[in-house]
Formats: sequence, C-alpha cells, structure tokens
Amino acid sequence: MVENNRWGTILAHIVLILGVGLVIFPVYVAVIASTHPPGTFLRGVMPLLPGPNALENYRTVIFEGRSRAGTPPIGGMLWNSFIMAMTIALGKLAISLLSAFAIVYFRFPFRVFFFWLIFVTLMLPVEVRIVPTFEVVANLGMLNSYAGLSVPLIASATATFLFRQFFMTVPEELMEAARVDGAGPMKFFRDILVPLSITNIAALFVIQFIYGWNQYLWPLLITTDPDYYTIVMGIQRMVTGGDSEPLWHLVMATVVLAALPPVLVILAMQRLFVKGLTETEK
Amino acid sequence: MAGIHLDDLHKTYAGDVRAVKGVSLDIADGEFVVLVGPSGCGKSTLLRMVAGLETITEGTLKIGDRVVNNLEPADRDIAMVFQNYALYPHMTVYDNLAYGLRNRRVPKEEIDRRVREAATMLEIAPFLDRKPRALSGGQRQRVAMGRALVREPAAFLFDEPLSNLDAKLRVQMRVEIKQLQRRLGTTSLYVTHDQLEAMTLGDRLVVLNGGVMEQVGTPMEVYDRPASVFVAGFIGSPAMNMIAAGYLGGNGGAGALAGLPAGTDLVGIRPDDMVLTPPEGPHLSLSGRLELLEPAGAETHLYLRLAGSDQPVVARLAGRAELTEGQEITVHAALSTLHPFESASGRRTG
Repeated sequence: MVENNRWGTILAHIVLILGVGLVIFPVYVAVIASTHPPGTFLRGVMPLLPGPNALENYRTVIFEGRSRAGTPPIGGMLWNSFIMAMTIALGKLAISLLSAFAIVYFRFPFRVFFFWLIFVTLMLPVEVRIVPTFEVVANLGMLNSYAGLSVPLIASATATFLFRQFFMTVPEELMEAARVDGAGPMKFFRDILVPLSITNIAALFVIQFIYGWNQYLWPLLITTDPDYYTIVMGIQRMVTGGDSEPLWHLVMATVVLAALPPVLVILAMQRLFVKGLTETEK
Repeated sequence: MAGIHLDDLHKTYAGDVRAVKGVSLDIADGEFVVLVGPSGCGKSTLLRMVAGLETITEGTLKIGDRVVNNLEPADRDIAMVFQNYALYPHMTVYDNLAYGLRNRRVPKEEIDRRVREAATMLEIAPFLDRKPRALSGGQRQRVAMGRALVREPAAFLFDEPLSNLDAKLRVQMRVEIKQLQRRLGTTSLYVTHDQLEAMTLGDRLVVLNGGVMEQVGTPMEVYDRPASVFVAGFIGSPAMNMIAAGYLGGNGGAGALAGLPAGTDLVGIRPDDMVLTPPEGPHLSLSGRLELLEPAGAETHLYLRLAGSDQPVVARLAGRAELTEGQEITVHAALSTLHPFESASGRRTG
C-alpha cells in the first residue's frame, strides 16, 4: 500500500486472517475428526480437539477398508488415482507439446483450421461429451482399465493453446540457429524448445495432475470393478455405501489421505516452478 | 574453404512480392564481401538464401563446387552469426559452442579442443560455464561468433551482427571481426545497413537497392566512382550533394558543365570535396547562405542554401571554420571531384 495507515493495515489483516480461517477450518475439522473413535460422532457434535484413535483409524482405512460395506482398503484406490492422474498429466503434456509444436513450426494445409478445431474442444468438457465418450470407451473394451480411466481425458486444448502462445514468443532466430547447427525438427524440439518450456510444463503438470486426481464422474461411470476404484469415488462410496450411519472417522481419514498427494505435487513442483520463473530468459 | 557463387538468384514471396531480382556474384575463396543497402533492399533475404533459411525461387547457388540450392543449412558447410545472437538461453556458453559439433558427431576431445581454442581466441574462456543471460551484450556477441568459429566452416555469414551493440563496442567488434577474418582467411558474407561498417570491413561491397545490385566493387571504388545516384547518396556521410545541372548552368557553372560527359543533368559533389578557398585549376563555385554550422571537433559541417534556389548543400571542412550562421559564403569544388549523373536512369554518365 502507498499509504501507511495503521488502521487500514489492521483491518486488512483481520480480513485476511478471517479468510485464511475460513479456508483452513474445514481441513482442520477433517484432520481432527480422523483421530477420534467411532462413538464420538453419534452425539452429532464435531469435536475440535484431537482424539486418541489417529493411528488406528489410518491403519484401518489403508490396510483393511470397510469389509462390511464392500469398500476395499484405500491403499489400492490411492494407487489407482495416482496412476490415473499421472497418465492424464503426462499424456496431456506430451500431446499438447507436440501439437503446439506442429501448429507453430510447421506449415501444413489447413493449419489454422486445425488450430481452431482444437480450440473449439475447449467448449466441450468431459461432462458434455460423457455419453458418446462412454459409448466409444465401452466399444473399445476399455471399461474397468487404466486406459479407460485416463485416455479419454488426455486430449487438452488448454495446454495446447498455452504452449502455442509460449512457442510463438520464442525468437525465430533460435530455430534458425539450430537449423544451421544441424538440429532437425525433433532435435530442436527436444534440445531447445522443451527445456525452454520447463516453467510452463511444471505449472501445467500441477494443474493437470490435480485435474486428473479430482476426476469423479468419469471413473464412477466406467469402473464397476473395485480394483479400479479411484480415491475420490471411494470417499463417496464410504459415505453412502453401508446401511449404517457413515463411519465419519474413517471417511475423514480417507479425505485427508486423498488430499495429500495433490498437496505434495504442488510442494514438489513449486520449487521447479519458481526456479523456472526466475531463471528462464529468452 | 570455398568461394560462393551466386548465379541470377531470385526470391519471390507469395503474393508476387519480389525481394531479390536476379543477383549474380562470385565471391572468391577467403574474400570478405559486404552486402549493404537500406532496410527492405533484400540484403538479409539474399544472405538467408545463401544460408539456406530461405528457399531460392530461381537461379543457382554454389558453395565451392557444389550446387547447394536444395541443401539444408547444416549441410551447406556455413556458419551464421545472427543479429540477436540467437544463443540458446538454457545452455552454458560451452554448450552453446559445442551444440553444433555434437550434432555432427565430432569426437568429444575434438569438440573440447575447438571450443577452448575459439574461447581463447575470442577472450570468452572465463565465461564458458555461464549462461548467456549472465553476459554483457559484447560478450554475447563474442559467443555468437565463437559458435560460428568452432564449426570451421567454408564460409561465415553475418546478419547485421553489430546492430545491437552500443557505438563504442561496435567499432571495437568491427575491428576484431576484420582481424579475425584476416587471420582465419574464411570466406565471409556480411550484411549491414551501416555504410561505415561496410566500407571498413569489406574487401568488396555489394550495394543493393530494391532487390537489385546497384554496384559491386572495393570500398574505395564505390566511394570514388559511385555507379548510380542511389549509391552516391548511400555511401559516404554526410551524403553526397546532388545539384541539378540546370542550376549550375545559370549560376556561373556553365564552363564547368561543358567539361562533363554528354547527357549529364545532375552533378554530385561530396561534402569533403568542398573548400572555402578556390583551388588552383578549373573549379566550380557555389554561393549561398550559411544556415547551420556544426562543429564536430576535428571537422566542421556547413549547411548552406544555394542562392536563387531552395537547394540545401552540405560541406565538410577539416578543422574549425571562422564563420557565423546567416553569413553569405562561397564554396568551391575542383572539377575533377564532380560526379556526373543522368537523372532519368539514375546512372553515372562518365
């Protein structure tokens, strides 16, 4: 702020602290709830202080699951989610890098048309095209498989568009210098373009990993085999699965575990992200 | 090492834009040729055609004995220095120099030897581990040169390599490029819009205008006998004065005109050839009002407007001039220094 107004500063801090509190509180409740024994919740009041059952609850969800309600241990579901999110994130990066490369650096017939075609798919998120996509995936026999979980979500107009914009800012002379230096198109792509895009790649990886991790409707639709359940589906099944009252302590433990990998990915990538931001120069 | 032979090269872009219209030129092995001209004259296009970055619409290009029209830049045995250096920003200076050699599968020890040799020659050895962003403009320029040098190519192509440097550094690098080229004896083609750079660097100049060669010759040939009005105006600073023969005829220059070749209707006089005291022998005198006096240290520029005409004339005198602005003065030029032109064709008449 330009003015150094004492009350303004205090007010700003109050607003910010309230905001942080609003965001943090549900997470806090979830973490606390996951440490209590089952009986605590029957009173209908959420405890605000940690309980004694943390280790036991987490052990239960990871290794045993809720055998009575037919929910498998979430270890497997975490793994499924991880595979799905990684495949989607890496697949999206690979495909969008290559298609942006083609669109920016090669002259082929209907180049602009294809670019707009890709662009138009931005308007068609998974939910809109879910029925035909399901039909295709089912006919290809990809239900209940990792391929079925990830492949239909890999094409990405957003990432293609982003890389296209970035490639267009890379000076043409770099490409020419590489040509004189004897680098063919793919070598130029690998040795120069990709290393220069590393910042964008890191940022997009984070976004796409979370996108993949948080997929709910699609895995729900195409998986019937518990071996392919993802963690986000798992939470839902835990809440509605059994006949009895939901076991909130286990649900919350699952929620905390489900939220952890995206947080780790962000933390791990943030370093590269910041490093890329400060070191890249065209 | 090899010469470069351009035979009737044409470049036509889509939409029938003709950037280069029939350029033929033989560059001898080891020669330093400068392509010079105003922006848009086709000089960069021509260089890029030699480099292989632009396709050749028509004509034949040979490097050495090979026709290279359809070869990729990398297969033409040339190295290029770009205007914006075009260094790979994510690689160290060492890797920047080594990249082209690695792509050619030159043995590691050989790469190392050549990189270190070039780095020493260009005085960038202390920076080999740095990234380009940690270098100054002049150092980046040297790295760009080094990248060309390590290739040990048949020819160097320079695309306005000094235009991003400040004036002082530009003069210094100009001298270094010249010395380096002399030492290595590599055929070089150099593009610039700076006539001073062209004059000082080239063994020969090629003055381009509108995609056509206006004149080819040694710098002094081009300076002493510009083949056209365009060349006369482009080479030399301040630019040559062009005075209509009609004006001279009516203002005491009739005698001078009689000595010029038939067909001359435009007379060029270099600012340097004008003096305040009448020279011995036949000469031309011009009177006018001194509008502006520019003392530039070792020399003085006089801007006058000729009597009975709006024609501005510039004279350059060595040393200082004891004159005041607004004064009527007369300048003289020996007849032997006049450049006769025909205005319709723009060509020199004799």
